[in-house]
Amino acid sequence: MCKRIVSFVFTVVVMFLSPLASVVVQAQLQPPQDFRVMDTPNDGGRSLTLGWRASTFDGPSLQYRVLIAMAVEGPYQEVAAFSNNQHFQKDTKSPWWAHLFEQNNHRFDLKSGGQLMLSDGTPYWVKLVIDNGMDSSETQPLSATSFPNFFNWAQANNLLLLILFTVAVLFSILRARKNPHGFLRRIEGLDAVEEAIGRATEMGKPILYLTGSAAMDNPSTIAATVVLSEVAKKVSAYEAGLIVPHRDPIVLAICQEITKEAYTQTGHPDAYKTEMNFYITDDQFSYTAAVQGIMLRERPAAIFMLGYYYAESLLLAETGHEAGAIQIAGTDADHQLPFFFIACDYTLMGEELYAASAYLSREPVMVGTLRAQDMGKAVLLGALILGVAISTIGEIFQTETLMYVAQVFYDFK
Amino acid sequence: MLADGLPLDVLIGAWVATGLTLFIYTFLYRDNPLFKLGEHLYVGISVGYSIVITVYAVGVKLLWIPMVEKGQWQLLIPALLGLMISARFFPRIAWLARISFAFVVGFGAGTIIPRLISSNVLSQLEDTISPLVTMTASGLTYTMDFLDPKSDINNFITLIGVVSVLFYFFFSVEHRGVGQAIARTGIMFLMIAFGAAFGYTVMSRMSLLIGRFDDLIMFSGAEYGRPTFVLLALTVVVLAYWVYREKQAFRSTVEEKS
Repeated sequence: MCKRIVSFVFTVVVMFLSPLASVVVQAQLQPPQDFRVMDTPNDGGRSLTLGWRASTFDGPSLQYRVLIAMAVEGPYQEVAAFSNNQHFQKDTKSPWWAHLFEQNNHRFDLKSGGQLMLSDGTPYWVKLVIDNGMDSSETQPLSATSFPNFFNWAQANNLLLLILFTVAVLFSILRARKNPHGFLRRIEGLDAVEEAIGRATEMGKPILYLTGSAAMDNPSTIAATVVLSEVAKKVSAYEAGLIVPHRDPIVLAICQEITKEAYTQTGHPDAYKTEMNFYITDDQFSYTAAVQGIMLRERPAAIFMLGYYYAESLLLAETGHEAGAIQIAGTDADHQLPFFFIACDYTLMGEELYAASAYLSREPVMVGTLRAQDMGKAVLLGALILGVAISTIGEIFQTETLMYVAQVFYDFK
Repeated sequence: MLADGLPLDVLIGAWVATGLTLFIYTFLYRDNPLFKLGEHLYVGISVGYSIVITVYAVGVKLLWIPMVEKGQWQLLIPALLGLMISARFFPRIAWLARISFAFVVGFGAGTIIPRLISSNVLSQLEDTISPLVTMTASGLTYTMDFLDPKSDINNFITLIGVVSVLFYFFFSVEHRGVGQAIARTGIMFLMIAFGAAFGYTVMSRMSLLIGRFDDLIMFSGAEYGRPTFVLLALTVVVLAYWVYREKQAFRSTVEEKS
């Protein structure tokens, strides 16, 4: 009987005290451990990064709250709140050489935007609160100052590849100087350049050369202006006419210099006229309408459309076809290539445009660069096949260890 | 009959838009004075507009206000580079323009090449590096779902496509034997991609055409004074007269020669 009474009293006491026990446990809610605040590395500034060890309390029912202030004593303003099973280092897309914390640690980036305005060079005080709805615990406030970084270490692989490629280019140029007649695969469109200029000379009609719609910072515009130099040399040698209408005043000025230089090099400086290159407008479709008019009025025997094009590609190519000209197009604008294919006699696809100047000039520097590009492509091809093999092995054996190698060829912003 | 509610500027706009649309469309017949009128108006207006925009957006907003009102005198450097381009008008100092051109080309290439390596090379590579099989709780599987871009079969097709297209663009390797087969596979992939791009772009061009017709139909309403019908008739009459005059001129030339 005595035992039963004791047992009953014990049960009642336990039942009575269990909520209190829970409260006691909750009161022991530990603040986040190993809490750190720092400037976000590898960025343009106005951002702070918080890191802390994943708590044993972690789970969707618990919440982290981030508070920020201009001074250690406050007032603190809540700027973010999220459940405890979110925001880990492993969720951040960064390479292994730029990891700040261990993969399973929490990481949260406080970025300027919306209601939160962070200024570079201003120290901020940040603290982290863990909250289970009934109780909370917070870290000591820590100070950090954001600033922009000159170097993005996450993209160091880009620099490494750039250095390797530069070495390959220099090596290839040296080799091309020793052996300038190395093999280059035949490209039909470039073989037709001479034919097109010859045809224009025979017919006594001019050649229309378009450098595209992009500005001078576009690689395809640069390629188009370099090819213009080679075309102008041949045109001056054949004493044919040349018409080069432009959309961009800078491209116009550069092409004038290039054309003049080409005519001088071939010994025909008197045949050069500044008016060969002229500006129409920078508006897309009014430029197109004007060039269409030129095509039908001047009836050029050959039309070169090299560079970057937008929606005007088909309008130009179709009108050139109507004018009965032999047309050679070349662009790296993949959405416009189909239109050139259907309306032009020859089309240079993407990198063939960049290769064109090397083909036409056979200058060691350009041929060497072209060979170096091939070497670069071979490296990428190897990396691609190796990466897929590593990825497949990693999937089969469920390991990410091998992916550290593949990450060298990844793109990290 | 014009509706009382339509403001005059809307009416003028409707008539001008309709007329210029029809004039530009006459190019479908052949080059003619109406098209030339539309073309020259279009070019002239766009040049005038872009000059005003450039003077205001660059000269005033980006240069004058920051310099004079905010004291950002470091902007004199780009201003000077810009002015040096104008040196081309003076033969004795024309060489100064080359410094600006070198800056534009060098800066442009320098900023765009790392971006291209990042977005066109590494991103492409990263997306292509995917496992060719899938490990699930039940063991190793091979997903054959063509509609899922991340299925194993699509990963394999992407790999073949990227490798073969990349090989096609090797210029110092002769495409013979196995190389020729790989390069041809690459060309097939390219053509399929171009076909898809063609269809997609043609559809978007159709929507532009529909947009113009939509406007022409709207402006055929009585509230606008039916500019579509009136100007279409006028266009046809002018074109017919122009063709008649051309034929007459041609006949007289032939007669003079004979």
